[in-house]
Amino acid sequence: MKSGVGVELDNLSIRFGDFTAVRNASVTIEQGEFFSFLGPSGCGKTTILRTVSGFQEPSEGVVRIGGQDVAGMGPNKRPTALIFQNLALFPLMKVWENIAFSLEVKGVPRAERRKRADELLELIALPDQGDKLVDELSGGQRQRVAVARALAAEPQVLLLDEPLSALDLKLRQHMRTELRAIQQRVGLTFIYITHDQGEALTMSDHVAVMREGVIEQVGDGKQIYDDPATAFVASFVGENNAFAGTVKSVNNGHAVVSTAAGDLPARIATAARGALQPGDSAMVFVRPENLAVAESGAGGDNHFAATVANEEFEGQSYHVFLKAEGGSEIKMTLTNQGQSRAPSVGAAVTLSYNPDQAVALPSGALSDQE
Amino acid sequence: MNIGTLARKFFEKNGVGMALFMMFGVSFWILFLIVLPQLTMVDFSFRFKLPPDAIGGPQDVYTTTNYEYFVNGNPGNIDGWNRVDVTVFWRTLIAALFVTIFNFVVCYPIAYYMAKVATGSWARLLALSLVVPYWINEILRAFAFRIIFGDAGLINTVLKTIGVIDSSIDFIRADVALYAGLGYAYILLMIFPLYSAIESLDKNQIEAARDMGSPWWRIHWRIVMPFAKAGITSGCTMVFMLSAGALAAPQILGGPSSLWFTQIIYQGFFEYFNWNRGAAYAIILLVSCMIIVLSIMKLFRVKMGEIGR
Repeated sequence: MKSGVGVELDNLSIRFGDFTAVRNASVTIEQGEFFSFLGPSGCGKTTILRTVSGFQEPSEGVVRIGGQDVAGMGPNKRPTALIFQNLALFPLMKVWENIAFSLEVKGVPRAERRKRADELLELIALPDQGDKLVDELSGGQRQRVAVARALAAEPQVLLLDEPLSALDLKLRQHMRTELRAIQQRVGLTFIYITHDQGEALTMSDHVAVMREGVIEQVGDGKQIYDDPATAFVASFVGENNAFAGTVKSVNNGHAVVSTAAGDLPARIATAARGALQPGDSAMVFVRPENLAVAESGAGGDNHFAATVANEEFEGQSYHVFLKAEGGSEIKMTLTNQGQSRAPSVGAAVTLSYNPDQAVALPSGALSDQE
Repeated sequence: MNIGTLARKFFEKNGVGMALFMMFGVSFWILFLIVLPQLTMVDFSFRFKLPPDAIGGPQDVYTTTNYEYFVNGNPGNIDGWNRVDVTVFWRTLIAALFVTIFNFVVCYPIAYYMAKVATGSWARLLALSLVVPYWINEILRAFAFRIIFGDAGLINTVLKTIGVIDSSIDFIRADVALYAGLGYAYILLMIFPLYSAIESLDKNQIEAARDMGSPWWRIHWRIVMPFAKAGITSGCTMVFMLSAGALAAPQILGGPSSLWFTQIIYQGFFEYFNWNRGAAYAIILLVSCMIIVLSIMKLFRVKMGEIGR
């Protein structure tokens, strides 16, 4: 099997008539890494994938695969293989014929095709299933057959377009682990498209978060989650409590933002260093798991008052829904450590957080929506 | 479940009025439009041709004379067998087969284009322009072809004007007009089953095959055609049956020396007034066509149920 190669998007723009699907996207994907494009539907991530695979030509910019500009090269000529969202397995062919289709195209003799298909069936842990029809397999098995079929073409880059979206939750979580394991075994570059942040964070070496055709941040899972570059990334990836306000003071990488819930201190996100000045409109994000109930009477900058509106017990944790002063809705997650119960509904509590775990960001485009 | 319960359920589900109406409609259709005419033909074909007053008399018995005549012809003829009828019979079947293949070759790309390439109002316009010619009567269309292919017709005039030929080509005698007319007559019956079969194919399958390096012909051979197999069979069956059974087109467009088997059947009925022989010939054609269609379906492993879809 060939080894993976890197993929580079250089200032890529893709337009359909008046509509710009992708705007000035630049990303370097290292060879052999698992790279995800994460974003809500319609953000242009599938368009990027189709451009890398050759089904779509960019309006501007360059795609380089293994350092080579692939402009004008058709999908059949590129060292990429695409796994479609609906898998697009051929229903009238047997499983092994599906897997060996790219070899059939190359004119490989039948016996050798069969042998290669059986090897790949072994790799995806589906031995002896080659003579079945695709319809006779379960969703997860079909998924793996699609991977095997793509691998049979000996691509250097595997492109996956939300291939897990049709599976139920349990299977999806299982397939995440499995896909990651296959990727590490074969050492190819995987480019993965998803709107599911859990998938992106668990599987990827690096994630690009997209919104309306623009790549807002590229980083590893921890960077994206803990140090979002924009207000959109902060609110799209994971759950976050957002407080909008104006910067009151900036000091040593931290800002204090005046919000309806009070003056809240927070660390300024790396991407926003130097961009926040007193008087700017800004947002403070605090994750539900970083909030805690402070002892009554406790005070300080990193405290604010709220009323419990509802709570859900989820076994490992309590989700507590609160209303802060000024009306913003707050979610707090408390780990179940055997405490008798979370604060009861209607109770007035004081919440606190560690300012280093809160992030301050310019409101940016997100504020126009509110 | 017995018949009584079934009937009661049927009436309850559909309402008495609708249930009665449906029962009447379906039984009229099956009995009077399908079973009885065919049975009458079969019955006719096994009887002698008799003067009206002898029908039902002692001479009116079952016989295979009419079928024997198809093979042997008149007693004591020069060949010892019915050379004319048998030759015309085979030629008709083979010609119908060629018309079918020709039709498929022409219609497949059109159907594929309409189903997978053309979009929006352009696709609807195409579908409409396929239907429009059928607003004109079949016989008038055949005459139109005669005019187009005639000695001083459009094609000959154009070819002569641009200097490709010096004297007119006799398209009618060469049966070109006939095949073109037959091919055109049933184009719709080929395109629509193909179109609806190809239309339901997931476009991703085509792209997946392309992504795996497949050239266009292999995509069609391995992905599109197997998927559209039922539509292909249904289109080909209709075109074959109708071409073999066509009368107007061969009558109007056929050359002087070429007979279509339906014309012989027609002669049996209306020129020799031998309805019994005409019926026997019609049954021979029907049964042969059915055998051919069923064997082709068997060859391509298409089940009857798939075609009905």
